[in-house]
This record gives sequence, structure tokens and C-alpha cells, in this order.
Amino acid sequence: MSSFIIRRLLVAIPTILVLIVISYVLMFAAPGGPFNSERPLPPQVLANIEARYGLDRPYLVQMADYVWNVVAHFDFGPSFQYRDQTVNSIIRQGFPVTLTYGLWAFAVSVVIGVGLGVVAAVRHNSWIDYVAVGVSVGAQVLPNFVIAPILVLVFTLWLGWLPGGGWNGGAWQNVIMPVIALAASYTASIARIMRSSMLEVLNSAFIRTARAKGLPMRRIILRHALKPALLPLLSYLGPAFVAMITGSFVVDMYFSTGGIGQFFVNSALNRDYPVIMGITILMGALTILFSLVVDVLYAWIDPKIRY
Amino acid sequence: MAMVPRAAVQELEAALAAGQAVRGRSLWADARRRFMANRAALVSLAVLVLIALFAFFGGWIAVWDIETTDWSALGTGAAVNGRPSLATGHYFGTDQDGRDLFARTVQGTRISLMVGIVGSLVAVVVGTLYGAVSGFVGGRTDQVLMRIVDVMMSIPFMFVLILLLVVFGRSIIMIFVGVGLISWLEMARIARGQALSIKNMEYVEAAVAIGVRPMTIILRHIVPNLAGIVTVYATLLIPNMIIIESFISFLGLGVQDPQTSLGALISRGAAQMQYGTLWMLLFPLGFLIVMLFTFFYVGDGLRDALDPKDR
Repeated sequence: MSSFIIRRLLVAIPTILVLIVISYVLMFAAPGGPFNSERPLPPQVLANIEARYGLDRPYLVQMADYVWNVVAHFDFGPSFQYRDQTVNSIIRQGFPVTLTYGLWAFAVSVVIGVGLGVVAAVRHNSWIDYVAVGVSVGAQVLPNFVIAPILVLVFTLWLGWLPGGGWNGGAWQNVIMPVIALAASYTASIARIMRSSMLEVLNSAFIRTARAKGLPMRRIILRHALKPALLPLLSYLGPAFVAMITGSFVVDMYFSTGGIGQFFVNSALNRDYPVIMGITILMGALTILFSLVVDVLYAWIDPKIRY
Repeated sequence: MAMVPRAAVQELEAALAAGQAVRGRSLWADARRRFMANRAALVSLAVLVLIALFAFFGGWIAVWDIETTDWSALGTGAAVNGRPSLATGHYFGTDQDGRDLFARTVQGTRISLMVGIVGSLVAVVVGTLYGAVSGFVGGRTDQVLMRIVDVMMSIPFMFVLILLLVVFGRSIIMIFVGVGLISWLEMARIARGQALSIKNMEYVEAAVAIGVRPMTIILRHIVPNLAGIVTVYATLLIPNMIIIESFISFLGLGVQDPQTSLGALISRGAAQMQYGTLWMLLFPLGFLIVMLFTFFYVGDGLRDALDPKDR
């Protein structure tokens, strides 16, 4: 087990470092500095600003310094665009929002996905099965940037039930649509995986035995079938969990939640490199670390996995 | 097993008695027959052909080009003159800048299709060869090649793509590069898995025994046997690539105005929906949705027809 964890760490740590270096090199390859504007600054002023941000030092020194600050102090430096903010304060501001609707989306997609999958499997080839399969194909094929405008069109414009954007401190009216837009495709995948694994379990011998004993169907499903059927789902849930808590650019942008994705896209449009890099590295590291944790958990839960 | 119809057997008997050769059915003929029997896939394929015709030849029937502003369709005129109508030549109406939405939808659809096709071509060529070489050569080469794929796959791709676009400027070429960078990874894995099992077949052993060079074996024996699964996966990859491009364009990070793409059109249309000009949203949205569904069903049909596992 421990050798498995070590082996995974040996891949994870270089990956994070590669990510940092790629982002940094790309940033330097960019034509034009961050302070070039329509009206050129006087050279002395520009020199002062560059000294303030440490941009006048040699290339490799800057890079080593950046990597050291990130790794040792978890400090991503100042933002270029928001002059009075650091990248860290922007992340502190945006990440809780993203995390909130991401966690809700995860909970919603697991509950509805598993429920839908189980019902579709138990009532195999009934109308409810067909509806479940149809809905999940739709939700899987359609990306969130298609679902989000449709949601706003229906619930804000036609029905007038929900506000079309904003965060409002996380009021439930504002959270609902981001959660649906984010959760839809994951719910669909979970339902599909759950349905097929449940069908397989329901056809196995121990379920037949349980039925032969005369146990009620509800008890068979909840006590006997659910647990083994959940196992194939686990390996999907890990990456899905990471993807959901890091949120979605589209959801953040479209619903103006003030989440991390909105900062990222705005910074990308304004070439605010430190913010772009900080968020890229943070999200990348989270993704890589969480998938490590999930792999380890999975190996621990399912003894059939060899590590 | 279904009963073999008696009439067919008698027909075969007669044919054999008359000394006629019975035509064998190749893998591909078999697959074609199965695909033709799948109605959803067939209809989807027809719709896709229509969309492709629209994307590449729609410009011929457009009255306006993609960037000319129709001044009568601006401001308060938008809801009147900007409406979809045959008389004004704006078949799909105009966008909020008075530009013809029909011409713009044609162009957006074309870019989406091209991104999808380029992405899956890269996957087919690079991914298949990479995977086939990795699987066939095996050993340490395989380890190294696959570890590279692992590392590339664990990098959060969307962030890097956006970084690329910001740094090197937003252009369609950059999107092709970005899509090309990612699209072959999964294909390489799939091709490697298949190559591993093909490698142990007798005909490969025979080829090795008579001294055929490794690269020739890969190209002559391994790659053709990957064709089925590669076709299926390449088709299913196209909608993913289309989604990536539209996603980037939706965020305003894709191709530059006046060039456009479906994602950009959807984003701009969605921003206007409260002004009653819904056509700005619904036309591009409709095209994207229909394209995604039809690719999905065609890919699904191909999988049923070609995937050896389901037989």
C-alpha cells in the first residue's frame, strides 16, 4: 500500500512542477509586458514599476523565486490588474463561492444520479427506464454552456422564478441554477454507470438467493444490491468530485457568481498573468492531489485493485 | 439464436448446386449492414451531411456577408428589421450589431466542424501510431511513452489551453494546436491496449519470424487491425472537440471578431435574450445541439457496428 502511495506521489509531484514551469515559461513567452498600454509610460516610470514587481531581475532568478514562493509560502504574488489585491486574496475571495455551489452540485448529482440509476435498473425496460436513459443521454451530450442559457430563458425570463445571476451571499435562489448547470452532465453519467452496474448485480446469484428466501424487494435493493453496485461508481466519483469543486468557467461567468472561474476568465482577457498562473497552479494541484487521494481510497475500499 | 429462414437455406442450396460462388462477407461489409439497420444512426448521418453542406456551401445562398452592418436593423429597428425574414435576406435575422446571423451561423458551424475534424485527425494519426508503437515495442519504451501520456493527461487541460490562447493571441490556429495537443492522448491509450493483444497473434509472430522490420509490422499488421476501434473513437471524439472550442468561444477567448463560432454566437445571443430577440440565441444553439446529438448517435451506431466486444 505505502509503495503504491509513494509511486503515485512520484508522478504527482513532477506533474505539479511541470505545470508550474509550463505556465511560467508561457507567461514569459508572451509578447509585450503587462504594463504596456496604448499610451507608453515614461521609461523611468516603467523601470520603477518593473522593479516594484521584481521584473528587472534575470529570468531564471525570477522563476526560481516564483516557484519558491509558491511551494514554500503558498504565495502567488500580486495581481497586475487589481492593483490593491494579491493573487492569494483573490483566491480567498472567489474559491469559497465556487466550493459552495460545487459541493452542492456534487451532492445533488450523487443523490439524483444514484436514485435514477437504481430505479431505472429495478424497473428495467419500463417507461421510467426509457425516460431515465433519454434524460441522461441529453444531459450528457449537452454541455453546460448550452444548459445555462436555457435555464435562464425558462426560469428567469419566462417563469420569473429565479434571478438570472449574481451570488447575493449564497442565497438559495442564486445557487439553484449554477448547481443545476454544473450537476447536469455528472448526474447523467452517474445515472448511466449506476444503472448498468445495478443491472449486473441484480442478475447475480446472491440476489437470486435473497429473493428465494422471500425478502422484500426494497430490503434486497437497500441491504444487498446497493453496496456492490456502488463500487464501479467510485472510480468515476473521484475525478467528478474534483471537477465539480473547482467549478466551471461557464457557470461562474454566465451566472456572475464571483467565483474563481470569473476571476480567471477576466484575468485571461486582461492578461493578468499572476492571477492566471496562480489559479492554474492551484486548480491543477488540487486536481492532481485529489485524484491521488481518490486512487488511494479506492485501493483501500476495493481489495481487488492491485497496487 | 434466431431460426435460419428455410427459404434462404434453399436459395443457398440452389446457388451451390448451380456452382455459383457464394460471396463472403468481410468485416466491413458486416459492419455496414449493421450500421444500415440502425435507424437513429442513419438519420443522424443524413442530418450531419446536410449540416456539412450548410456549413461549406451556405455562404453561396447568403445575401449578406459576416461583417457588414445592416444599419436599419440596429437599435429600435432590431426587433423589426432584424427579425428572421426572407424579404430582408436575413434568413436567421441579425445579431445585436446588425450583422447577418445566417452568414455568421454558416461560418460558426464551419469552424466547429473543422475543429472537430482536425482534432480527430490528429488523434487518428498521432494517437494510433503512438499507441501502436508503444504497445508493439513494449518494455521500457512502452513505460516511458505511457508515463508521458499519464503526465499530460493529469495536467488540467482547459487552463493550459486558455493560457496558450492568452499568450500567443486568440486565433483559430492556436485553437487547432491546443485541440491537437490533447485529442490524441486517449486514443494512444486505446490503440496501445489493442496493439498489446494483436501483438500476440499468430500472423504477427509469423511476420516476426520471417524477418519483417518492426515499423513495417506496425503499419501493415497492427494499424489496419486497429481501424475499427479507431473509427468509433474518432467519431465520438468529434463532439468533444466541438464542445471544447465552443466552450472557449463562449467565454470570449476563442476566435476574434468578425470571425465567429457557434460558442461565441450562443454567448452573444444569450446576453440579448431579455430584449425579445430570441433568434440570436436559438439558431446557433439549435445547430450546436443538433450537431452534438447527431455525432453522438452516429458514433453510437458505429460502435454497435464495429466494436468486437458487443458481438
